[in-house]
Amino acid sequence: MKTFLEEVNERIGGVPIQRCYHCRKCTAGCPLAFAMEYNPNRVIKMIQMGMKDEVLNSSTIWLCASCETCITRCPNEVDIARMMDVLREMAIREGRTVKEKNILAFHQAFLNSIRSRGRINEPFMMVDYKLKSGDLFSDMGLGINMFMKGKLALISPKTRDLGAVKTIFEKTRNL
Amino acid sequence: MKVSYYPGCSLHGTAKEYDQSVKAVSKALGIELSEVEDWSCCGATSAHSTNFKLSVALPARNLAAVEAGPQKEVMVPCAACFNRFKSTQYYLGHNEALKREIEGVIGRPYRGDAEVLHPLGIFHDRVGLEGLASRVVKKLTGLKPVSYYGCLLLRPPEACRFEDYENPYMLDGILTALGAEVKMWSYKTDCCGGSLTISRTDIVGRLVDRLMTMAREAGANCVVTACPVCMANLDTRAGENVRLPVFYFTELMALAFGLAGPADWFKLHNTDPTPLMGGLGLV
Repeated sequence: MKTFLEEVNERIGGVPIQRCYHCRKCTAGCPLAFAMEYNPNRVIKMIQMGMKDEVLNSSTIWLCASCETCITRCPNEVDIARMMDVLREMAIREGRTVKEKNILAFHQAFLNSIRSRGRINEPFMMVDYKLKSGDLFSDMGLGINMFMKGKLALISPKTRDLGAVKTIFEKTRNL
Repeated sequence: MKVSYYPGCSLHGTAKEYDQSVKAVSKALGIELSEVEDWSCCGATSAHSTNFKLSVALPARNLAAVEAGPQKEVMVPCAACFNRFKSTQYYLGHNEALKREIEGVIGRPYRGDAEVLHPLGIFHDRVGLEGLASRVVKKLTGLKPVSYYGCLLLRPPEACRFEDYENPYMLDGILTALGAEVKMWSYKTDCCGGSLTISRTDIVGRLVDRLMTMAREAGANCVVTACPVCMANLDTRAGENVRLPVFYFTELMALAFGLAGPADWFKLHNTDPTPLMGGLGLV
């Protein structure tokens, strides 16, 4: 059976994360580190130590905003941003309890909009997000304000060949 | 010049002033845009955060549509779409097996030879700063912007291949050519929090407040961006005591070129720029 480290490295498909020598440039430059449970370089160490539950159940993997500052500055070319994507995918696949459930709810609402329309319709996506997250009332004032300005279009053009988009979702579901 | 045009979802919604200003400026500069045939969403952060193959297949469908169209160069104004297109070309260009697999997923050939361009690069490199300056009929005198790039146009650099990724300069050059007094600051490429704006508004508020505070410290009276996500966050999430007006760079180009539209676009902003622009006699 593969170790957690081997599994993560295989999914990243690039430089093995054990090249990290913990200079902490990634953490120093990470704009979200202040809000994370574990700093980016610490996650690397935890993966090496086989701490799968702690990593996949952590808030860190969801709070990464994919700004890519870490990989840009890493002297060893460890793709930490891609590593965070991989960890999120693994957490979803394994049906883990997601600590930042609203962040995942947003991603799901976003992708639902693409699947059903080919494109994002912002008002519909927001309603879907609010139903998924249970966060019904935040941004109501802002939303009304934007609607009054005509920035939120209730009717927006869809992709005509919706079948092609749906096929992409179907075919990538279990890859 | 003629190029394909991929607006992406934001430019047909909350970033419609970006869409309209890109089109107005392109027309004035003789750049003809033809929308990519039956385009679909690039997948943005949500696709790559949850499903890698989906995150390359969605852009690949659009890139294949560009490749099949008359113009192989495609203008992509949204930084998020630009990033996903460039990343997809990078991944598929470095992995033949993945490319073949994704061709199967999208059900059409993908060659990888579309050229993905951002309007910032087109205006800066193809038209040139002198060409832009010669178009100016109303100098943006008194406007003191800081250039704000955020993440997605620049990183990761090996995929984006777009200007200096730690200290980009094109936006500064364009704004200077328009007659603005560009202020230097160290936060050009810092993150605004991106899509966390909906799910973790508290975090984005903190990041945006820091950006605004630093822009003020640099002596700026506004912030200029080239990304709909940055625009949405800077324009709506800054605290009342630190907020500054935020513009798409194309809105300011249209204003300086004397084109119709800016006054209407400014009304769409959450942080009203008219007191600043009125005070400077620019609208």
